[in-house]
Amino acid sequence: MKSSISHIKDSLRDKKISVEELYDEFLIKAKSSKTNSFNLLLDKENNILSIKESQKRYENGNPLPLDGIPLGIKDLFCTKGIRTTASSKILSNFTPNYESFVTQKLLDDGSIFIGKNNCDEFAMGSSNETSFFGPVKNPWKNKNVPTDDLVPGGSSGGSAAAVAEGTCVASMGTDTGGSIRQPASLCGIVGLKPTFGSCSRWGIVAFASSLDQAGPLTNSVEDAALILNSINKHDFNDTTSSNHVREDYSNGINDKLDQKIKIGIPSDYLKDVSGDILSQIENAKKALIKHNVEFEDVEFKTTEYALSTYYILAPAEASSNLARYDGIRFGVREDGKSLDDIYLNSRTKGFGNEVTRRILIGAYVLSAGYYDAYYRKAQKVRRLIKDDFQRIFNDVDFILTPTTPNEAFKIGNKLDPISMYKNDIYTVPTSLAGLPGISIPSGLSTNGLPLGIQFIGNYFEEKKLLQIAALAEKELNFNEQ
Amino acid sequence: MVIGLEVHAQLNTSSKLFSSSPNQFGSEPNENVNFIDSGMPGMLPVMNFACIEMAIKTGFALNFNINKYSVFERKNYFYPDLPQGYQISQFEFPILTEGFINIDNEGNQKKIRIERAHLEQDAGKSIHDIDPKFSFIDLNRVGTPLLEIVSYPDLSSAEEVVSYMSSLRQVLMYIDVCDGNMQEGSLRADVNLSVRKKGGELGTRCEIKNLNSFKFIRQAIEYEYKRQIDVIENGGKIEQNTMLFDTSTGETRAMRSKEFSHDYRYFPDPDLLPVNLTQDQIDKVKTSVGELPQAKLDKFIKDYNVDKDIAKIITVEKQNAILFEKMISETDVKPKFIAAWLVGDIFAFIKENNLEVSSLNEKTKEITDLLKLVSDDVISNKAGKEILPKVLNGQGKPSDIVKELGLEQVSDSGELEKIIDEALIGEDENISKFQGGSDRVLGYFVGKCLKATKGKGNPKLINKILLERLKN
Repeated sequence: MKSSISHIKDSLRDKKISVEELYDEFLIKAKSSKTNSFNLLLDKENNILSIKESQKRYENGNPLPLDGIPLGIKDLFCTKGIRTTASSKILSNFTPNYESFVTQKLLDDGSIFIGKNNCDEFAMGSSNETSFFGPVKNPWKNKNVPTDDLVPGGSSGGSAAAVAEGTCVASMGTDTGGSIRQPASLCGIVGLKPTFGSCSRWGIVAFASSLDQAGPLTNSVEDAALILNSINKHDFNDTTSSNHVREDYSNGINDKLDQKIKIGIPSDYLKDVSGDILSQIENAKKALIKHNVEFEDVEFKTTEYALSTYYILAPAEASSNLARYDGIRFGVREDGKSLDDIYLNSRTKGFGNEVTRRILIGAYVLSAGYYDAYYRKAQKVRRLIKDDFQRIFNDVDFILTPTTPNEAFKIGNKLDPISMYKNDIYTVPTSLAGLPGISIPSGLSTNGLPLGIQFIGNYFEEKKLLQIAALAEKELNFNEQ
Repeated sequence: MVIGLEVHAQLNTSSKLFSSSPNQFGSEPNENVNFIDSGMPGMLPVMNFACIEMAIKTGFALNFNINKYSVFERKNYFYPDLPQGYQISQFEFPILTEGFINIDNEGNQKKIRIERAHLEQDAGKSIHDIDPKFSFIDLNRVGTPLLEIVSYPDLSSAEEVVSYMSSLRQVLMYIDVCDGNMQEGSLRADVNLSVRKKGGELGTRCEIKNLNSFKFIRQAIEYEYKRQIDVIENGGKIEQNTMLFDTSTGETRAMRSKEFSHDYRYFPDPDLLPVNLTQDQIDKVKTSVGELPQAKLDKFIKDYNVDKDIAKIITVEKQNAILFEKMISETDVKPKFIAAWLVGDIFAFIKENNLEVSSLNEKTKEITDLLKLVSDDVISNKAGKEILPKVLNGQGKPSDIVKELGLEQVSDSGELEKIIDEALIGEDENISKFQGGSDRVLGYFVGKCLKATKGKGNPKLINKILLERLKN
């Protein structure tokens, strides 16, 4: 079993290992990895000051909550003085002079960044195949076809693969329509998308502003809670940052449930799914039912509209958010005879196919004459989806779903964008509603590949959500399988 | 001629609409630019509430409906001086709707309706004339808060447009939301103009962009009006174009036609929440609106008895009115008397010395002391005019200067009687002339007496005593 954050902290406190040795260990492993899960690794020299300060805090007996923990950071977070590319050619030479709010909080709590994780270009993708730096390989293999390289999921595919193979203790990802939960599921790890508004978006390269949310990819639910403690803070510089009262999410996470919990399972999610997927839900049910948990079938009325709503709203916002990448002030510029040519050439050569596709879709749905039919209508449907969730939460405490409709697939296998988009069918509705969701590994498929289940909670109920996820994690005992 | 105006007023807040960078003119290029202004990845706008308050204030001053709910949207287009690739503006739900202002039109009042006013960011500046090969970008202006005030097509001549624009400018300056400096671009206008036969259907309009002086507005309208009539009279059709006004030739020319017009793909900015104002927030601003120019004008005329033309000159700019009212509050000299001096010698002094009117706010005590001496006949009007520059230059208290220069009038009637009696000796012939009906002789006697007092005799008193003497 891979080490948890608290276990590593114990070792550091007990001087079984030094912060420097820990960093070396992870860095060497990351450097020799063949998964391509990092766009950039930071040599020890880059972090030597932080390493020494961290070590000193351990020696003084006052370590910070994440002191010395080597983290991976999705290459979508702006990191001061460290190249930040969003896995795009157009930003391949960009080094920000500022630190994102979330990564600053992680630094403030003593963690050390080992590198920037590969991801889909501008976080647009579900397989990490759209990255300018090439696809990421899932550390897991199909036991029936072990020669195939499999996708790790996306867009936080590099983060998921790195955590799964142990080249960082945890990684910061972002989730717009499933970009944390889906790769976590395909790589057999934990992925948490907090409530929209929990963690500041300041300094994260924007994909779809009304959906983007930072969250951790970790080996355990407890690790996710520890990281959430650091990053879940109100930020005045993000207008959409919520100022609700934050809790200590790790404290009492393994406590016994003191009251009856009711979990809804959406029957409409389970139509036409494979036996492998169905058995994940069944196993979870069996594991939890003895713990004062009651299950109930629920049914959404809006599920079939969620994907199309998402693929109107997210590209619309993206088409505008990505307008600043014009080759004029930063990023890669291609020459041209006129200003329009410079724009055209820089953006044509700077963006990959998937990003270009989404910009075009976005521009189309916002254009005069189509706005009402697409964008405005999609906003209305989004409202209905939110209401649909609230209707169900009137009845139940959590919703349990599969995280993905399938296991990890072969790199290059899904060429058709629509079938790729369908990968996010269970994660997208939660994102549209802005609700928190966590994916935990629940078992293996018949091909020996990890599958995950998703718990969805109501707004800002991460504390309870993590508790139920921790209980399920313990009962399912995935890491011992 | 049918004209509607879109006026862009830069709000004089200390920082920008969505970033904490300073909002000021005249800095070094790209000095007032932070990561938000330059559109760096991951940067987010945060609304500056002072801009909302200024919009509310304008709402009260221009009789608008102040909307509790308004939405910032993105207006998407590419240009190098627009770093985000979109301008944050209000579109479907502006903060102000349906206002009006009364303008003076050849002595009559005309009500000009205003369709809406909304908040938006300004763009930066592209500079094309420094280098033959390269263009330069100055992002200082990026994110500067603008209030765009869109009138209905209620204007029908260049004079009306200028009158509307100057009334608007006056109000915005009175309520202290815009410095009104047109040269620096703090206030600029887009003119939408079409022509039609009397009572006929509205013609196709052309929009002349970015006019930043009354002179250019007048020239552009006159040129464009003639151009459109020429086109129509020659059997042509007006195309809906966006025009530029060439300040060197005084001509308008097409910048882009409607076929190439942008589709701005407006949509609500997901980085910002809709603005939801409470009645409390709106009411709080109301108290800061202060007295508007029209109210001041009425007050000066009715309560202070100031002549209309003089009152108008004083109320043109808020600082004039402030200076005037300060002086009134500090003395018992009649406002009408002060007003005459203010627009006369005092303004002349300000103009001559290139001063700000407000710079005299600290000298009002000295000025009113001086005016008191004049109105009490302690010194003559002429002596007052002579001393004024010295007082304004801070060369001493008026009473001291008067003493120093010996300018005090002789107002002692006993002394004057003596002088007058002496002056009348040997003037029997002239006295008979006066008594025979020749008024001219009176002037001669007054002059003679003044001369005898070396100019210090109070002319009014001399006049009075002389008349008494001569009539007997």
